[in-house]
Amino acid sequence: MRAALFVTCVNDAVYPSTGIATVRLLERLGVEVDFPEAQSCCGQPQFNTGYRRETEPLVRRTTRAFEGYEYVVTPSGSCAAMVRRHYPEIGDAAAASLASRTYELTEFLVDVVGVTDVGAYFPHVVTYHPSCHGLRMLGLGERPRKLLEAVKGLELRELPGAEECCGFGGTFAVKNSDVSAAMGQDKVRSAVSTGAGVLCGADNSCLMHLGGILSREDAPMRALHLAEILASTEEEPWS
Amino acid sequence: MSGTYLGMPAFPVAAKAALGNETLRGNLRHATHTIRDKREKAVAELDDWALLREAGKQIKDHTLRHLDRYLVQLEESVTAAGGVVHWARDAAEANRIVAELVKATGESEVVKVKSMATQEIGLNEALEAEGISAYETDLAELIVQLGDDLPSHILVPAIHRNRGEIRDIFREQMGAWGRAAPEGLSDTPADLAEAARLHLREKFLRAKVGVSGANFMVAETGTLVVVESEGNGRMCLTLPETLISVVGIEKIVPSWQDLEVFLQTLPRSSTAERMNPYTSMWTGTTDGDGPRAFHLVLLDNGRTDTLADEVGRQALRCIRCSACLNVCPVYERAGGHAYGSVYPGPIGAILSPQLRGIGSEVDASLPYASSLCGACYDVCPVAIDIPEVLVHLRERIADRGGKGHRLEKAAIKASGWVFDHPKVLAAGERVASRTRKLHPSRVPGAGAWTDSRDLPELPPEPFRDWWKKNRAEKNSAGNNSAESNSAESNSSAKNRGEGSAT
Repeated sequence: MRAALFVTCVNDAVYPSTGIATVRLLERLGVEVDFPEAQSCCGQPQFNTGYRRETEPLVRRTTRAFEGYEYVVTPSGSCAAMVRRHYPEIGDAAAASLASRTYELTEFLVDVVGVTDVGAYFPHVVTYHPSCHGLRMLGLGERPRKLLEAVKGLELRELPGAEECCGFGGTFAVKNSDVSAAMGQDKVRSAVSTGAGVLCGADNSCLMHLGGILSREDAPMRALHLAEILASTEEEPWS
Repeated sequence: MSGTYLGMPAFPVAAKAALGNETLRGNLRHATHTIRDKREKAVAELDDWALLREAGKQIKDHTLRHLDRYLVQLEESVTAAGGVVHWARDAAEANRIVAELVKATGESEVVKVKSMATQEIGLNEALEAEGISAYETDLAELIVQLGDDLPSHILVPAIHRNRGEIRDIFREQMGAWGRAAPEGLSDTPADLAEAARLHLREKFLRAKVGVSGANFMVAETGTLVVVESEGNGRMCLTLPETLISVVGIEKIVPSWQDLEVFLQTLPRSSTAERMNPYTSMWTGTTDGDGPRAFHLVLLDNGRTDTLADEVGRQALRCIRCSACLNVCPVYERAGGHAYGSVYPGPIGAILSPQLRGIGSEVDASLPYASSLCGACYDVCPVAIDIPEVLVHLRERIADRGGKGHRLEKAAIKASGWVFDHPKVLAAGERVASRTRKLHPSRVPGAGAWTDSRDLPELPPEPFRDWWKKNRAEKNSAGNNSAESNSAESNSSAKNRGEGSAT
């Protein structure tokens, strides 16, 4: 099986480790991974801030970059939601076709590859925050949790109020920074209350916001993308 | 605070003030979470909830599509039943009509059923200017009125007040408005309700004119419907000799049978009740029973303009249940007053800028008062895709340019160009990564981020460079030597904030 990795612009520039983890994980599961270098940004920040026209060239570029791939996989619920939900509205038939071939990582693992136990080893206490777009727009449901529960050595703790937004919200984080920070601080408080040392998510932009608060508050917890936990094995532990 | 929303500051400014108020945050958190959880249980009881939701959406869409026809039909059926129909283009016209109708009765006071439409047009203030006292009879509206306050929630206008505050308002203000609060009033709900009951009873029995809104108007029969919990509505709708109802034109349903959908979805969504305690329905006037005279004032006030917008018009489906407020994490923290309108929360953020336009600072800021988390869409009993409308309104505001948006547009255009040229993007990422040790932890101008959050530390190289070295070049060379670990040696914990992991 072959899949194209849609790494997303945030992961490319700020969190390459998530991209690397995704590549390793998929290869370990026997998936041949391609990285079409013409890809850049899916246009979600522009679109959600009200710049539909400025989004159009990015929709065209992304659509072209992934032409001909049966599976396009991305370790980001919100970018997957942008492509699946909005590409058919903004772009042409090719964009709509890409929408139907794009999978968020946990969807791809559970629905396409057909695994929940990916053979990972991660001896830490973890709590999982389901980001809104994955939760509500894609309907990821129990997939991330099932994947985490199958990880050897990992203890999963329930996050109170898990389904409440963490407050990132793209440009909301700066346009309404006070409300955004208040939401993030509440989320971090809930996460720390679980006693876990790792706050796991499947969207690095939310984790950037939450991690920034964890760091500022010197909390005994780090934020980590789900892909990195799933990439970790006994032979090659992820730091 | 006087009952006006004119000149309210932009949302972020008002929200910041609310965030600093610990009592308010506690009140809101407690109230919204309680009602949110109850709603979830009430809705889960119905196997056909998804179908009811879809039916509600379709009925509303159909009605809005043919609103002209249904409005005329409603006018005919209300008139045939003995009512008089008045048409009001805007708030001023509606207020003038109501004031003239009250004056014609020779009365100088009216009792009111809780009504969003009359709040929207500022009817109480307009009547006051004409020498007419309007008494709110809904418990929470009474609290707001006595406290010279503004409502902050569609269903529970005084959600921002706790019991102690309410007791103090009753003690200090009731005497000035009518029957004073009993001596030694406590802050128990039963005592507070009894004080309100005694205070209001005097007004119910004296009033000759009642003013209401309506939850629904049935076009085929001319019937108006008010659903409520307290019974004050029933008093106001049946005791006075004259009843004046001010209703937005979007509140129509075509037929009596359509009510079966909404009378299930509205109470469960709003108060989490299977059925609300009081459902009052009246059709014109009836000899020997209820008001002798009935006037219906049909209010446009921006609704026709809203209807013209293909994306935004879905906001007119709203049945004012307030479920979206109760699940909204932004509303929960900012409170209702920050929205600068009688319609707060997610629905307010899409309704106010459409009804009032985006001319004022607060209205232009409302579409951004959301993280687009989508919780509101999930709970809406008529499936209004609030995030979709928010983004649509942001487009409208961005198109207009203006304060703050010119710079934003330039930045979006520039970043768009870079994203459309991956080679330039890659070069930029490379420079950023290689100079990362020189980056200050607090970037000037990035205060909106760094006031409360650390910035991530950039990695030693972007993903695309790692790929080039470890996959693309190796694949073409057919060699499978060890991967470079440069990217992950910068452990992801570092750039997402680090503590001591267990």
